[in-house]
Amino acid sequence: MIPALFFYLFAGICIASALMVIASRNPVHSVLYLILAFVNAAGLFLLLGAEFLAMILVVVYVGAVAVLFLFVVMMLDVDFAELREGFLQYLPVGALVGVIFLAEILLVVGAATIGGGGPRVVVAPIPTDVSNTEAIGLVLYTKYLYFFQAAGVILLVAMIGAIVLTLRHRTGVKRQNIAEQVARTPETAIEVRKVKSGQGLEV
Amino acid sequence: MTASAQIPDLLPVLPEIVLIVGALALLMVGAYGGERSSPLVNVASIMLLAAAAAIVTWLPSGKLVTFGGSFVLDDFARFLKVLALGGSAAAILMSLDYFRREKILKFEYPVLILLATAGMGMLVSAGDLIALYLGLELMSLSLYVIAAFNRDSAKSTEAGLKYFVLGALSSGMLLYGCSLIYGYTGTIAFPGIAQAAAQGGLGVTFGLVFLLAGLCFKVSAVPFHMWTPDVYEGAPTPVTAFFASAPKVAAMAIFMRVAISAFPTILVQWQQILVFVAIASMALGSFAAIGQRNIKRLMAYSSIGHMGFALVGLAAGTQAGVQGVLVYISIYLLMTLGTFACILSMKRPGGMVEDISDLAGLSRTSPTMAFLLAMLLFSLAGIPPLAGFFAKFYVFIAAINAGLYALAVIGVLTSVVGAYYYLMIVKIMYFDEPQRSFDPMPREQVVVLAVAGLFNLLFFAYPAPLLDAATAAAKSLF
Repeated sequence: MIPALFFYLFAGICIASALMVIASRNPVHSVLYLILAFVNAAGLFLLLGAEFLAMILVVVYVGAVAVLFLFVVMMLDVDFAELREGFLQYLPVGALVGVIFLAEILLVVGAATIGGGGPRVVVAPIPTDVSNTEAIGLVLYTKYLYFFQAAGVILLVAMIGAIVLTLRHRTGVKRQNIAEQVARTPETAIEVRKVKSGQGLEV
Repeated sequence: MTASAQIPDLLPVLPEIVLIVGALALLMVGAYGGERSSPLVNVASIMLLAAAAAIVTWLPSGKLVTFGGSFVLDDFARFLKVLALGGSAAAILMSLDYFRREKILKFEYPVLILLATAGMGMLVSAGDLIALYLGLELMSLSLYVIAAFNRDSAKSTEAGLKYFVLGALSSGMLLYGCSLIYGYTGTIAFPGIAQAAAQGGLGVTFGLVFLLAGLCFKVSAVPFHMWTPDVYEGAPTPVTAFFASAPKVAAMAIFMRVAISAFPTILVQWQQILVFVAIASMALGSFAAIGQRNIKRLMAYSSIGHMGFALVGLAAGTQAGVQGVLVYISIYLLMTLGTFACILSMKRPGGMVEDISDLAGLSRTSPTMAFLLAMLLFSLAGIPPLAGFFAKFYVFIAAINAGLYALAVIGVLTSVVGAYYYLMIVKIMYFDEPQRSFDPMPREQVVVLAVAGLFNLLFFAYPAPLLDAATAAAKSLF
């Protein structure tokens, strides 16, 4: 009873906030609704017993991606009203494509179910005595070491790429030299001058 | 838990480890040494690629498997890794002069090529779907960056962006296919998929279609070729030379491995897809190239067509077919690199030129280059006794032996159409009024052109080493 209640709570808020993401006029509100949708989706994962996915969703999507979105939306002056101008105009076409796609998926899934080609028995049985997080921790650095390292190299390439394509060394920019600052002494930093009254001082 | 905690056998992965660790070290050299270290990094990268190739041939023979079957080093992988490493080394070699002239000689370029080549190695050796995806992504991500390498040029940036957006879309399709296949077979390992697919089922076939769509994009086969001409034209010319060579080898390799080792049991399903893709690629490659004025765009269509010819061999689905593809792809690699060495030397004091008409009268201004280029173009067209003829010969024979007569006939017909535009360039070089001569060819490009040209001319005299290696490689896949 209670899980069902929570399911409808999470699912309802999730759908409502997803709708608000595309419906709200203020882009900042959209992003905040997006975060709400993510958090509720994380709740749904918890109900399914996938606590690791729930954590990842909160950490990665809410913590990093959505906050990044928020920064971008607030820093860039994007006119979302203008972007959304053709929305209603293209809605029929979009809806048509969506309906066709839905029908195709249903046909395929239906055919697969009827034809007996549905998902087969899972090869590796799911153990019941370890939690998801523990199970991932057991295999991530041992059995899946290769994938883990390869993914690391891919992220490195992404970083190199971002730097190669965007970093520009400008000339004539004043930069902070911490060593120089620290090495300053009163003798080098302070200059005492006598100022004659009424004459001022040339700097 | 203790059993899985053992350190896996790292010997088969040694070439990739050398490449990646080397790339990291060179990155440090470049980051601390600044732009002055670029020549050093370039030379060191070529040496690393050579070292990796040496390790590949030095490693104990036979089928080495590690990481629980995710990484397979068999004769097939060895053959293609040596090709990919050679192609990458040639690409770095040919880039030196160009980047120096354009004043964008940066140390990141060889580093990214090293990482892309490591990705190719992982791709060629992939034993399951995740390894496939990671290798593919490592390769592609590096390629997206180097496509936009000349970041101050609008064309180059456009090429990079287009390649990235379309590449991301194709990766999405590929992943969708992978997840469907996993869902319907319950395993990601190729041998396991082969077993499960034997029971048939719509879901596996559905996933297979998406997987093949993603792979077709990477080899730029029709109908997933849209990006090729724009990216080839926009990217800096050495980058285009690289795109047309090593990544094609790796993508074709994984195409073969997926088809032969993961889906041998539903051959009929993928055969019809490949027949269609091959015919469409050959036809488009031949007809669309006719109207091109820019030689890089022409090479893009030419490469689409060549991928179609190579897929003819794979469509046969037999060992002879795979052997044909391997021979084809090796000869294609050398022909393309040789042709690009010529394209890269199309420069006058004012800068690079890229129009076919700029080649006019080349036979009088630099006869040796004109002769070698003409031979390479004859070879690309498939005229005997040059290497390109044998490449086509083996794939068509394999297709005929597999009973795909219509495919072979269409292939021969389109190659006749394709011959037209190759011969057109030869005609421009030999019979048109000469223009101003090009700047002298830098030494690195002379080396590449000489190797490619001599291989192309003399292949018929002594084809045994390549054929034997291809036979052994094809055998290890079945």
